[in-house]
Amino acid sequence: MAETMERLQDVRALAEDTLAPVGFADAEPVDADALALAAELALDEAAAAGHAALVPVPKSDTTAPTLDDPRQSDVDEWGRSERMRELARKIYEPLYKNWFRAEWEGLEKIPEHGGALLVANHAGAVPSDAPVIMHGIESELGRPVYGLADQLFKSLPVVGVMWSRVGGVVAHPDNAYRLLREQEQLVLVFPEGSKGPGKHYSQRYRLRRFGRGGFVEIAMRAGVPVIPIAVVGAEESMPIVWKSTAAAKLMGLPYFPVTANQLMFGPLLGGLMYFPAKIKLRVLDPVHFDVAPDQHRYSKSRIMDESERIREKIQEALYDMLRDRRSVWFG
Amino acid sequence: MGKRVLITGLATFWGGLLAQALEHDPEVDVIVGLDTREPTIELERTEYVRTDENYSILSRIVRAARIDTIVHTFLVVDSTQMRAKTMHEINVIGTMNLFAAASAAGSTVRDVVVKSSSYVYGTAIEDPVWFTEEMTRSHPPRRRVERSLDAVEGYVRDFAIDNPHVNVTMLRFSNVLGPDIVTPVSRALELPLVPKILGYDPRFQFVHEDDVVRSILFVLANQLPGIYNVAGDGLLPWTEVARIAGKRTIALPPVGTAYAAVPLKLLGTELPDELLDLLRYGRGIDNRRLKEAGFRYQYTSAGAVKAFVEALRLRSTVGTSEPTYRYAADVEQFFRHSPAVTRDAD
Repeated sequence: MAETMERLQDVRALAEDTLAPVGFADAEPVDADALALAAELALDEAAAAGHAALVPVPKSDTTAPTLDDPRQSDVDEWGRSERMRELARKIYEPLYKNWFRAEWEGLEKIPEHGGALLVANHAGAVPSDAPVIMHGIESELGRPVYGLADQLFKSLPVVGVMWSRVGGVVAHPDNAYRLLREQEQLVLVFPEGSKGPGKHYSQRYRLRRFGRGGFVEIAMRAGVPVIPIAVVGAEESMPIVWKSTAAAKLMGLPYFPVTANQLMFGPLLGGLMYFPAKIKLRVLDPVHFDVAPDQHRYSKSRIMDESERIREKIQEALYDMLRDRRSVWFG
Repeated sequence: MGKRVLITGLATFWGGLLAQALEHDPEVDVIVGLDTREPTIELERTEYVRTDENYSILSRIVRAARIDTIVHTFLVVDSTQMRAKTMHEINVIGTMNLFAAASAAGSTVRDVVVKSSSYVYGTAIEDPVWFTEEMTRSHPPRRRVERSLDAVEGYVRDFAIDNPHVNVTMLRFSNVLGPDIVTPVSRALELPLVPKILGYDPRFQFVHEDDVVRSILFVLANQLPGIYNVAGDGLLPWTEVARIAGKRTIALPPVGTAYAAVPLKLLGTELPDELLDLLRYGRGIDNRRLKEAGFRYQYTSAGAVKAFVEALRLRSTVGTSEPTYRYAADVEQFFRHSPAVTRDAD
């Protein structure tokens, strides 16, 4: 529709040019005096009738008055609430500090201003890496992190609202673009999607396919760097020992795991109790793409190359970190 | 030469308000209003013509009155007010006939403004937070009002393609709130306990009724062909909307919500399916295109809610005043056409 409408505008402009001499051009801008008069008339009438004036504001009016916005919560357009986030950080802090004993390397590579797309490996049946990354950056750098995720979260009652209030956003390209380009925020995404956390323990630290490289395209369009982050420890915090494809299909879930935690603590508590694996995070050098932002499309092969290169960097960093790791629990 | 405007749905909330506003515009020479019912508000110089809902005499009126501007406000968005068949007649068949008349040979129509709704974007879990005018809905429409509006927009699109010399503007309004308008949302907010769906707190966007009328007048004055979203700034969670209204909420179960809403319907406050969808996932529409064209809103989303709530409080104290105006054809004729009535010389 929009396309046809746009075409229509062109055609119309053409038609106007040809028809103007015949006295067809009604398209003159509204006379300012007439408008002022109309406004006055309307005001008198409005005063009499007790209605507000209903006259179009002239186009030249550039002074946009700040409107009364009687908000009662601090929930932003994405659903995130800083107050809720603060509460979540308070609750999560002991887990972050004492349970996972999260340790960062290269945190200074994350910019204090401007948009950037954070990209990390994703692991654990209920991934523990996302809250650790968001908590760490928010408390160290003092700037919000929005986490892009599957819409599955949004569909769950209560969980969906909580997820949204603490910074979860449905992974839609337009959402990502606005956050990165227009609002210059930090956005976290896991290109492996559910394939990362859904893999068997025997596959740990072997990165899955990075989707179809959508994250690279978004970063290119938004003109922001991709900052890769390698995370070690999340795999062992909730390892999957057995998977049921049939149950997953039945429940409409991407995967249905039985975890070591469940074997130890029971099916319900095991879904909440992480093993105290030491989590280490390494921020890699930001990847800048040498392309103009806001293009209609980008070379697909270039996108796939860049995506693969970033995947390899994270994979190498993981192997490097694992070489240094003496113990799963103490790092 | 001033404008000669035809308004569809003169007896509707929007048609009446718009005619009233256009009467103050000296650029407008003639206002003709069509409806199946008599106007409900007092009008000074608008000519009322009774038609059936699919406008069979429309092409004659357009030709006879040399109409150059059509404002199509007679579109039903509140599906609780009538049967599906009536809504189909008004929305789809009405629009079809309207555009057939407007594109008849020798038609003088140059500007068309259609009042559509953001319901055409639907509500789905995978939706973006903000819909821009170019975006399409995630799934084909299922709700009857959405199907109906979808068909209407199809006719608008066809008309725009077939008549490139006509300025066709389509305005998509988000949920409207204000002192006077009654919608399923306003009815829900008037309940002692505001219904919500357990475990969901979607973000809503509102536009104040004054901004609706102002935006239509704005596009009429500035001739802006194309599609424009019209909505106040900001998205606010439904629970916050209830809080601004000073109400507590009552939760409907997330499963079988439509059945749980049946008692409300029996009590006179129907929550239509399309509103139940919104109560789950919400919707935001990007209003920047109209702002870039120069339009200034007077209310934000939260501001519209506040204005509605204040009117509600006033009404609960002083009561609703019954409209005193009754349309009487011979009286209206007298004031408009009798030589005995003195008019300002112009």
